[in-house]
Amino acid sequence: MKRNYGFAYAAPQALWLTVFFAAPILIIIVYSFLKKGLYGGVEPQFSLEAYSALANPTLLTVAFRTLWVSAAATFLTILIALPCGYSIARAKNQALRLFLVIVPFWTNFLVRIYAWIAILGNEGFLNHALRFLGFRAEGYQFLYNQGAVILVLVYMYLPYAILPLFSTIDKFDFSLLEAARDLGASRMQSYLRVMLPNIKPGIFTAVLFTFIPIFGAYAVPLLIGGKDSYMLGNVIADQVTKTRNWPLASSISMTVTLITAILVFLFALRKPKEQKLVRDQEALSPSASGGAA
Amino acid sequence: MKGSDVAVSNVSKSFGSFAALKEVSVSINKGEFYSLLGPSGCGKTTLLRLIAGFEDPDQGQITIDGADVLGLPPDKRHCNTVFQSYALFPHLSVFENVAFPLRIRKVPSRLIKELVFKHLELVQLEAHADKKPSQLSGGQKQRVAIARALINEPSVLLLDEPLSALDAKLRQHMLMELDAIHDKVGITFIYVTHDQQEALSVSDRIAVMNAGKVLQIGSPQQIYENPASEFVARFIGEANLFTGVVTRREGSLNLVDTDGFGPLLVDDETEVAVGDRIVATIRPEKIRISTDRLGGPSINVLHGIVHEPVYSGFQTKYIIRADSGALLTVFRQHANWSEGIPDIEWKDEVYLSFSARDMVIVERNS
Repeated sequence: MKRNYGFAYAAPQALWLTVFFAAPILIIIVYSFLKKGLYGGVEPQFSLEAYSALANPTLLTVAFRTLWVSAAATFLTILIALPCGYSIARAKNQALRLFLVIVPFWTNFLVRIYAWIAILGNEGFLNHALRFLGFRAEGYQFLYNQGAVILVLVYMYLPYAILPLFSTIDKFDFSLLEAARDLGASRMQSYLRVMLPNIKPGIFTAVLFTFIPIFGAYAVPLLIGGKDSYMLGNVIADQVTKTRNWPLASSISMTVTLITAILVFLFALRKPKEQKLVRDQEALSPSASGGAA
Repeated sequence: MKGSDVAVSNVSKSFGSFAALKEVSVSINKGEFYSLLGPSGCGKTTLLRLIAGFEDPDQGQITIDGADVLGLPPDKRHCNTVFQSYALFPHLSVFENVAFPLRIRKVPSRLIKELVFKHLELVQLEAHADKKPSQLSGGQKQRVAIARALINEPSVLLLDEPLSALDAKLRQHMLMELDAIHDKVGITFIYVTHDQQEALSVSDRIAVMNAGKVLQIGSPQQIYENPASEFVARFIGEANLFTGVVTRREGSLNLVDTDGFGPLLVDDETEVAVGDRIVATIRPEKIRISTDRLGGPSINVLHGIVHEPVYSGFQTKYIIRADSGALLTVFRQHANWSEGIPDIEWKDEVYLSFSARDMVIVERNS
């Protein structure tokens, strides 16, 4: 006789996720539709106030800035992680190099942010070094701007991009690059036309692993950024702790979650569609090229 | 004649402390089907990669049609490669794989379509143009790789063990197709293989390689009938080897006192002197096996018993234990209706007779 143990096996995870994932999200959803309490908390009364408050221009500015900073940081991270993952995949001492990528995780996140402050600060290592080399004595303002935030975000999330990129590049058949070169492609063409399409899944994963946490970043813009680099994570924290508008904090959180979910969804959908597109282009190509010429 | 001639002179290549090629020289004629044959690790693939431009030699020169190609990257050399693993682009359809070189060259789409289908027809794959490589069988992938390598109309096609991943039947078939394609396109083929049967059946010339050196260059007949060394004799087909000392020499006829088989006559033009220690060989199919003793002038006769008959359909391979205790291999083609040769079975007493002229001296130490 065959028994179905599936439910029994799934129960612990189901319970765990319900208590620690679904329940808090549900609380946030519910709070976002309630009236704001006078000294924080909520009044048990339905209201759409928190959502209508989203249209606030300051908030929209922060939202667009968050999108821009996340996109820029993700782009830079992938740009650096690609050659890095490539070189690890091609190296003989893979294990050692992967180990070195992971080493920063041993140090606490906040401690590493303070380390960056020590490097970039007005009396930091970098300014000392520049002064020593004869640059201006009063030093440069590296910290507390958007550039510094992007720099530190890239540093923080680089390992999350390197690891998935390494694992797909490691599986990539490098003889394909030789074949491309043999068939007339330049080095760059062989990377762009043969390697890139074949490591796309790894790039998708790396983008998700970096974009999502950066989109919700809090500590880095708080400690490294200035007034011009406030991100949604900071606004949410302020609404909870300072302004004490919990429904607004909840509605912003929901919006961030929703935007992220939609982006992930679009990413996941992109792949099969694109292949179809190539074929359609194929069918149309003679006339298309005629027009271009 | 289409195609280019390729000249490799004095080329050496090392990987770390391993010397893959040691002062190798080969010169390949326009339109030739030229095989590089040798066991794995002999340097044949390295030589091919040097010609293709994937590696640079440590020393020596490589010219195509007289022009030095060293320093030119693979995309600037007028030769294309069929890889052992096919190296088809998994993200592209069969059509796009074959079209890849044309797209790189920005050939107009209409022309691409025409050229790709022309080449897919050459390898009989027109019907599979829309498939992805993962949907193809091994033989089909091989054909795509060939079509893709030919579409740039290279003057030299480099083939790196192209059939090694196919099963035996398909391999035979593809080999004949390759030969037909070679006849049709008429360009130079340089074919790397470890399979002597493949090399013998299609090559115009073969270079036998071992341990980074070219041991012998010649037509399949020359390589098989007149191996230049013991290694070549052993590597190509099967060979019975005799070592011994020359005791008499009259013209080209030598009397050799062999180790284990007594005095044997060896008729070979090779310059040897009385007292030289030589290795001579005879091919198994050149030995007549019979239950009666049959001899003649300059015919060697040995006596022994059948140690092991190995039946393989069209022929039987007999391993014979000679009176001295040493083993010899003999092939006997199975008779047709007109020949009444009695069966020879296990433990039968037999006579082996072979002509001194069929013996070849492969090594000589004075």
